[in-house]
Amino acid sequence: MLPIILLSVFGIALLFLGFMKSKAILLPATLLFLLVTLAVNFLDWNKTYLYFNDMLRVNNLAMVFIAIVLGSAFLVVALSGSFIENDEAQPAEYYGIILFSLVGAVMMIAFENLIMLFVGVEILSVAMYVLTGSDKRNLRSNEAALKYFLMGAFTTGIMLFGMALLYGATGSFTLAGIGGYAASQQGLSLLLYVGLLMLLIGLLFKVSAAPFHFWTPDVYDGAPTIFTAFMSTVVKTAGFAALFRLLSVSFVGVYNFWWTILAIITAVTLIIGNLTAAYQNSFKRMMAYSSISHAGYLLIGLAALGAQTKQAIVFYSLAYSVATISAFGVLLLVAQQKNTQTISKEGISTENFDAFNGLARQNPLLGFAMTVSMLSLAGIPLTAGFWGKFYMFSTAVERGQIWLLVVAVLMSAVGIYYYFRVIIAMYFRDGAAEPIRVAPFYKYVLLAATILTLGLGVAPGLLQGLF
Amino acid sequence: MQPTQDVLIPEVIQQIPLTYYLILSTSLFVIGIIGVLTRRNAIIIFMSIELMLNAVNLLLIAFSSYRSDSAGQVFVFFIMAVAAAEVSVGLAIIVMIYRNTRSIDVGLLNKLKW
Repeated sequence: MLPIILLSVFGIALLFLGFMKSKAILLPATLLFLLVTLAVNFLDWNKTYLYFNDMLRVNNLAMVFIAIVLGSAFLVVALSGSFIENDEAQPAEYYGIILFSLVGAVMMIAFENLIMLFVGVEILSVAMYVLTGSDKRNLRSNEAALKYFLMGAFTTGIMLFGMALLYGATGSFTLAGIGGYAASQQGLSLLLYVGLLMLLIGLLFKVSAAPFHFWTPDVYDGAPTIFTAFMSTVVKTAGFAALFRLLSVSFVGVYNFWWTILAIITAVTLIIGNLTAAYQNSFKRMMAYSSISHAGYLLIGLAALGAQTKQAIVFYSLAYSVATISAFGVLLLVAQQKNTQTISKEGISTENFDAFNGLARQNPLLGFAMTVSMLSLAGIPLTAGFWGKFYMFSTAVERGQIWLLVVAVLMSAVGIYYYFRVIIAMYFRDGAAEPIRVAPFYKYVLLAATILTLGLGVAPGLLQGLF
Repeated sequence: MQPTQDVLIPEVIQQIPLTYYLILSTSLFVIGIIGVLTRRNAIIIFMSIELMLNAVNLLLIAFSSYRSDSAGQVFVFFIMAVAAAEVSVGLAIIVMIYRNTRSIDVGLLNKLKW
């Protein structure tokens, strides 16, 4: 399992690089490390291996998910250049923690034993608690970190209790062992059902599905924007990969038990996420609710678990990650400029929709990147987001869950409203926007994300047949 | 749910039915949940979370010894190690907040709303 080993070694190496006087080397070094890991990840292509005494199983699907996670991390790190100018920031530690947290993400994606699922979730979460609170003097960041930590540790307890009950019912922690027990139709222990529910609660919390979403807006809002981008892409992708593996390998036998519960959670998530997002004034908070609603769209594929689910989840999480990162990238630049212009008082956020007024006139590139990512998140044709939603909805059709589909379509109509608010602000409102200096590298990252979104929107077949 | 290899389980444990362990650890777990939901002091919430984790440990050990299977006990080691790491990060966050606000009452933290 080379990615895990490499990421750990590189993380430690980065911490040592932090001793050097010049901080300029840290960013390129991190990007290089991530690229190396991404390349090495594909060495096992078309083979299925069990690693570490059957603890991890790597197959093509897992490798694709790992690639999405590493790619998102690469884009986010590439956008984090402002650390070097900030005296309070400690870039070596941040990059080190990002690499360590990716170890957790890889373990969540490739787990074969529930022990690895637990350890992976915890590595990822503990790293996220630290990054959320990394703005030490800022009370909002402090509050976000404490809320995230207390709620996260609480649900970890619930998840663990679920695992213990599953062990009591089946006598095994491996996916195959649990799956074998769950597939035997008669005399299933009550412990299995309760355990499955509690385990699901733990994982649904991590991907911020309603009614376990209450932490999301506060944490996304309070955390430094660059780490919000990391959280909303990497944690979500890894969480859905874990949910998919758990449900599709171990619990297909009791599908009739869990699909109604999951479908109701999906509908509630879609409704709460989209309706609340429409009321937000802060762009960052709107993105938090939008990420809840996207968790809902991803859950459709799980509730309608079938042959197409695998492809739908991969495509959707890729489209969502790329669009989200480019949106947060533009927000970072805009908020940075507003911060230097006006002294922002505590409590007054520079991340409102007003900040985007008139942006496109002075900064056509930023305006275009933001427009494409908003269109993709809203699911407009010719962007990747459209095909993501299309695949998701077709899984629901295949299973005949029409009522869920109706809710989802109605809610995507609500989604168009709040995503277009940004576009309208950028193109049709007058604002005191001045040209924003964009570093060349930053420009390439935004362009790459935009091109990827449009490319997948024009030719969605590119990913098909890969796995 | 019946003991498979009677030889490996000490007789004292067998005198107590497995259900009792289940009830004991479930009640400890529920006490922990109530503590998290009702208390306002961050440290006490934290203690309640630890109580939940240790209820899980107890349950795992009980299942493990009734089944004569070591996997459950190995899991307990992982939980203990991870919980220790979590405690250190959590206390660091609480100290950070105490430095800024001179309080660890979670009710005071209301900067982030809607």
